[in-house]
Amino acid sequence: MNDPKYITVIESRPGWQLIDIKELKQYRDLLYFMVKREITVLYKQTILGFAWAIIRPVFSMIVFSVVFGNLAKVPSDGIPYPIFSYSALVPWTYFSTAMTRSTQSLVTGANIFTKVYFPRMIIPLTPVIAGLVDFAIALSVVGVLMVYYSIVPTINILYLPLLIILMVMTSAGIGMWLSALAIQYRDVGFATQFMSQLLMYAAPVVWPVSLIGEKFGHTAQLLYGLYPLAGVIEGFRSALLGHNPMPWDLIGMGSISASLLFVSGALYFKRKERVFADVA
Amino acid sequence: MSDIAIKVENISKRYRIGVKEQVHDTLGGAFISWVKYPLSNFKRVQKLSKFAGNDAEDIIWAVRDISFEVKAGEVLGIIGKNGAGKSTLLKILARITEPTSGSVVIDGRIASLLEVGTGFHPELTGRENVYLNGTILGMRKKEIERKFDEILEFSGVEKFIDTPVKRYSSGMRVRLAFAVAAHLEPEILLIDEVLAVGDTEFQKRCIGKMGEIAGEGRPVLFVSHNMAAVQSLCSRGVLLEDGKVVIDSTIREVVSQYVTKAKSVIENTSIANRTDRKYGTQFRFTSLDFFNEKIGEATQTFLTGQKVIIKINYKNISERTFEQVSVTISFFHSLGHFLFGCRSDVLGTLYRVGPGSGSVYCIIPRLPLNSGLYTFNLFAESQGVDLDSIKEVGHINVEAGDYYGTGKLPAAKRQGVFIDYYWIEDNASI
Repeated sequence: MNDPKYITVIESRPGWQLIDIKELKQYRDLLYFMVKREITVLYKQTILGFAWAIIRPVFSMIVFSVVFGNLAKVPSDGIPYPIFSYSALVPWTYFSTAMTRSTQSLVTGANIFTKVYFPRMIIPLTPVIAGLVDFAIALSVVGVLMVYYSIVPTINILYLPLLIILMVMTSAGIGMWLSALAIQYRDVGFATQFMSQLLMYAAPVVWPVSLIGEKFGHTAQLLYGLYPLAGVIEGFRSALLGHNPMPWDLIGMGSISASLLFVSGALYFKRKERVFADVA
Repeated sequence: MSDIAIKVENISKRYRIGVKEQVHDTLGGAFISWVKYPLSNFKRVQKLSKFAGNDAEDIIWAVRDISFEVKAGEVLGIIGKNGAGKSTLLKILARITEPTSGSVVIDGRIASLLEVGTGFHPELTGRENVYLNGTILGMRKKEIERKFDEILEFSGVEKFIDTPVKRYSSGMRVRLAFAVAAHLEPEILLIDEVLAVGDTEFQKRCIGKMGEIAGEGRPVLFVSHNMAAVQSLCSRGVLLEDGKVVIDSTIREVVSQYVTKAKSVIENTSIANRTDRKYGTQFRFTSLDFFNEKIGEATQTFLTGQKVIIKINYKNISERTFEQVSVTISFFHSLGHFLFGCRSDVLGTLYRVGPGSGSVYCIIPRLPLNSGLYTFNLFAESQGVDLDSIKEVGHINVEAGDYYGTGKLPAAKRQGVFIDYYWIEDNASI
């Protein structure tokens, strides 16, 4: 009983809080089951099930190839437009899904966290981690396309895990920011839905980053790299298709902003955590 | 630390309630406010969690300066009326919400049960839900694995454990959820009375489990306004009123204080002004008096077997006359179970109610209630149209009395009703 390990002090903690890594570790089983629940439940009572993870990016790819590749003749760094857009759509679909789900996670999970205590950060992180399953399935289709267009992977493919970490960190950072905002201001939930549309056209999904360099110069391209998805998406293309060298300038800039986003997101979330139950 | 398991010191929590909306009577004013709407809305939403400024009129202190201690092995009951701050206090102790000021020190692993089955997902199987719910409540995966068979046996839903929970009956779902909760092994348990609703068997199990934990010397904090459960389980009590501790003493004393306070409910809250009623726009109950044996001084304390006269006063606010009005007073156990209702229409007594005030009387020749605290509802209808309905109008306190005229008092532990019956030796005298 007098084990000092279990002494809990409850008091008002205004201001910024550090993230309690030890506590998060204690609750890792909960994170595991929350993620499992998210994955199991997602495609329950659907006919196509996990095929949806492929259908969404594949259909976008078809539409983009027709509209941007054939009609508008958007350049694609000399690689076939379908695989050019699909290799970007895989990380993009992950990001936009993780962002929307994570934003809404606190609002939809209010019935859980107003009833029992656990580190609240688990809630927005759950969809970010669960989305990786869909991501992996969608990624496998890239392999099929590569065989079809007879593209041989280069050594760059080894950088893929690094890009995935960057992608997850960005999504988690945004997820923590927006979920903490959305529980207080429900407008955020509506805003993210159309914001994700705008963000897609801002990201090099349907066009190559080289366009920015050509039109606005190298400095502009470097600054554009602060949008973490620029580095992630161009990096994915280089890693998978090997047509360009790895865009380390973009990835470097993206890593800086993604880290900032992640750390500030976690801090903001911790700061606002104490009012969640009162405003939910 | 000594044997103090929970030390609560000067806990306060404030909330902001219903921020007033401005009403505009001109189109121009309405237009301007429409333009400003996002800004004022932003301020309003922000105010829910920020308390700067001096507009103190919309701030309420849900709990204010509460201090108490819970020793190891003690079962503390926290009682009070709705809105007294019980749930807020529980939420603070369960770390769901933060106090505005003050501190709590908890020495030991704490588990809080504000509901069972938190996080249950209908699409998941029973097994998956056990793991999910268990980890939400703070168990580790290994711990659940170890106890899984026990949980399964306790729940009695072995056959359906791999079926999605949405195919379960609600009873099965609750049993499974409770089985998980019952296998928590906290050093300190916080439990809300919400758990004690549901079917009787479930209540018994719930209360039995609490007794078990307390019996092992682990402290339990039980929040309730169910006097019977509190009295049988707790050793000490804290009575809250308007967010403050009114009395912190033995459970006997606290309950008796609560009952005394509850007695004055009828006098204090004017029934005429109650807003939590249904209907009541044309006809409403205005007040009510209880009498023992004969009409004289009003009372709220009764003896089992005594004659009770209930005078129900009403007012017909409308201009019209209601025909064939039936009035009902029904009695409930302090656990919330319906016990019996006295309807006037089943006896053929229908009233004609013209505009203005009046009274009707209900007489119970021998009060069939055992000792304890009871609540009652009032209801009136006219030719199938509901006129007024008020729940939990007030409390009556019944002391054990000699219902059967034999000088023998019935077992005081069980609430219920007495009926007339007799026993014989052979069938000749039937």
